[in-house]
Formats: sequence, structure tokens, C-alpha cells
Amino acid sequence: MPPHIRQFLQALRGSVQDLLPIALVIGFFQVVVVGQPVPDTGRLLLGAVLVVLGLTFFVRGLELGLFPIGEDLAWAFARKGSLTWLLVFAFALGFGTTVAEPALIAVAAEAAAVAAADGAIADLPEARSGYAMGLRITVALSVGAAIVLGVLRILKGWPIHRLIIGGYVLVVVMTAFAPDEIVGIAYDSGGVTTSTVTVPLVTALGVGLASSIRGRNPMVDGFGLIAFASLSPMIFVLVYGTVL
Amino acid sequence: MTPLWQDVLSTLGTTIRDVLPIAAILLGFQLFVLRTPVPHLRRVLLGFVYVLVGLALFLVGLEEALFPLGRLMAEQLTDPALLYGDAVPDGIHWRDYGWVFVFGAAIGFATTIAEPSLLAVAIKANAVSAGAIGVWGLRIAVALGVAAGIALGTFRIVTGTPLHYYIIGGYCIVVLQTAVAPRTIIALAYDSGGVTTSTVTVPLVTALGLGLASAVPGRSPLVDGFGLIAFASLFPIISVMAYAQLSEWMARR
Repeated sequence: MPPHIRQFLQALRGSVQDLLPIALVIGFFQVVVVGQPVPDTGRLLLGAVLVVLGLTFFVRGLELGLFPIGEDLAWAFARKGSLTWLLVFAFALGFGTTVAEPALIAVAAEAAAVAAADGAIADLPEARSGYAMGLRITVALSVGAAIVLGVLRILKGWPIHRLIIGGYVLVVVMTAFAPDEIVGIAYDSGGVTTSTVTVPLVTALGVGLASSIRGRNPMVDGFGLIAFASLSPMIFVLVYGTVL
Repeated sequence: MTPLWQDVLSTLGTTIRDVLPIAAILLGFQLFVLRTPVPHLRRVLLGFVYVLVGLALFLVGLEEALFPLGRLMAEQLTDPALLYGDAVPDGIHWRDYGWVFVFGAAIGFATTIAEPSLLAVAIKANAVSAGAIGVWGLRIAVALGVAAGIALGTFRIVTGTPLHYYIIGGYCIVVLQTAVAPRTIIALAYDSGGVTTSTVTVPLVTALGLGLASAVPGRSPLVDGFGLIAFASLFPIISVMAYAQLSEWMARR
């Protein structure tokens, strides 16, 4: 068997293993708990084949494209030695990947509906879409700022836990002031800003930066950018919901 | 129903549109600021094509197979008729919802194992730690955290207790663990909170939360339906640090 076909088959087997737990859980609950046969088996199998193929391609693409480009960029910025440009890049990456994120658009629309039902803004389509747009920009700015802070932390070697725990304290303080309805949405918004393409890219960037600077350990200093990107939206959505 | 290949094409279109800003930023900085050619340009481009095609197939497959069934199941399991038969009682007890908690935990675990972003971070962590952190070890640790988080989150929706008590309690555990956990794991543990909740987990978990909040008497989807994602991003931090503490403790014995 030619080596690349063998590689592909191995990758396929890996994807099947990744997806097996879902199939088992759904099957078990459908048959044993709900007590009904699985509907539309043909479509289900077809979907499963697509999911397995998709995951296989995605992982291969990570190794060929997203990981190398993230690390190469980190090394190129380190060689160039311009802190300003690196920070501008970090901000653009955080802002640009978040502002168009579909999950964030959905959360912003929900938050606007809550605010309208609550009487905080007028219950009109224009008022709601204005509120939602403002929220999206706020969150995208906050993620841009968070990636800048995260990159600075890697460069300076600041301990991550002080910053993150400081962020938690802010979340707790803001929770006390924010209207109850916004709290759930704000807490959820942390999870929605980090998409499947952003995560590998940002992780590779962080690890690449930490490896390119003498005295930084990629394990201790390289990770953590995602943590900043998921904490800052919570703070900013709480602020947004309180102020407006 | 539209033919499958049309779904694939339109999803591919959406995926490309989502990735476009990222690609523009990368290209802009590469051309105008760094002014260096991309090493192995053709391989990188091929990689991007693989990522886009892979994501499109993955999303269409999920929409075709997993999401309808998952949503249906979330509805059926939270349906008062399944829980009580014809006689729906006035008061409810959280013990009646046992299967919902088990389902929440199981689906949280299973979707996390399949989450592509977590897989990416696990591959990277394995490479950076020179194999000390196993790809599967990290993924299982994160998945157990999500499972515990979703189970507790569904319990909160059923009992209607305030969300912030749980989240602030969780933060306190994270702060305490940070003080004693091995230093090398801390950044990775914080990261794993953010990566668990993406393509696979969010739609299913949101459906479960909203379904549960509309089905349980006395709960409102608007106030009680949210918050499951927050649980799913907080508890992996705790479980990943616990995983590192446990491995360290076992190595010492």
C-alpha cells in the first residue's frame, strides 16, 4: 500500500475513534431511555461519514497550514523586532476573528432581545439591532485588547494566574452590579469567541513566540492566549449590560 | 430537502466567508509589514484548503446526523410526559430529572472528545511538552470537566438556583488549585476552558439548556436557559489542573 494512502487510513481511524463516543451516547439514550428506534438510519450514516471525512481533512490541514503559519509569523515578528507591529497584529487578529464570529452574532441578538424584554432599550427592531451591533463591536474590541495583553504577557513573562484571577475578580464585582438577565448571557459569551480556526492559529502564535524568545518556556508561557480571549468578553458584556 | 452537495457547497461558502477576515489579516501583515515570503507557501495553502473543506464536511455531517437527533433527544428527555406519564404533579423534585443529568454529562463528554479545536490544542500541547501531556489524557481530562459542568448546570436549571453562586464557587476552586498545581499546566488549563465550547458542543448544549428551561415548570428560558456554556468552560480548568496534580502525585509515589 502506498504510504500516503496508509497515512490517510490511519487518520480516518483516528477520526472514527474521536466520534465513537457521541454515537454510543445517542444510541444508548435513544434505545434504552427514550425507548424508540433510531429514526432515518440512512441519513444518519451518511452524515456520520461526512463528519469523519471532515475531521480527517481538518486535522491534516492543521498540520500543513494553520500550525506552520502561526509559528512562522511568530518567528518573523521576533526577527523583525518591532513590538508595535506585533501588538497591532495581535489586536487585528483578535478583533478581526471575533467581529464576524457567527456564535457571537447569535449571542448579541439574544442579549438584545433580553434587554428589550427588560425595558432597558425600546422594543423596536432598530433599537435591538443597534444594541446587538454595539455589543458585537464591544466584544471584538475586548478580544483584540485581550490578545494584545496576552502577547505582552508572553514577551515579559508575567505570571498568567495573577492576570486571570484579577479578571475573575472583575467578573465577580461586575456581577454584583449587572442586571440579572444579562449575567447568564455574559458568562456564556466567554465560550463563543474562540472559533475552530482561531484556536489553532492563536495557539501556534503563542507557542511560537514563547519558543522564539530566550528565557521563555513554551509550556509555561506559550499557552494562555485563548484564556484571555475567553475571559475578556465576560467582563465587557457585563459592563455593556450595566451601562446601557 | 436540498440535495446534499448543495448543503456542502453553501456551508463551504459560509466557512470561507468566516475565514476571510483571518486570511486577509495574515496576508496583509505578511505582504506589507513583514515583507517576507511565506515559507512552503504551496503546502500552507493546501493546508488551508484542507481546513476549509474539512470544516464544511464536518458541519454538514453534524447538521445531517447529529444535531437533529440531539435536539430531538433534548426535547424528549425534558418532556414532562416522558417523566411523569399523564399525571404531571404540581411540585417537581430534582430527582425526577435524573436521566437529564446523566444525558447532559454523557453528551458533554462525547461532544468534547469530538471537538476539533480541543484536538488542535491537545496536539500542540503534546508536541510542546515532548510527550509528557498525552493527547488523549488531556482530551479525557477536559471532557470529564465538561461532563461534570453540564450535569451541574442542568441541575441548576432544574432547581432554579442563581447561576453566579456556582460560577463564583468554581472560580474559588480554580484560585485555590492554581496555588498548588504544577506551574507548567496552569496556562494550558486556563486555555482548555475556552476551547471546549465550539462547533460541536455549543449547539447541542444550548438546545438542552433552552429545552430544559422551557419544560421545567416555573423556569423561564430567558433567565434560566443560559449558563450551560459557562459551566462547560469553567469546569475543564478545574479538571485539567486536577489531572496534572494527579499525574504529579502518582509520579512521586
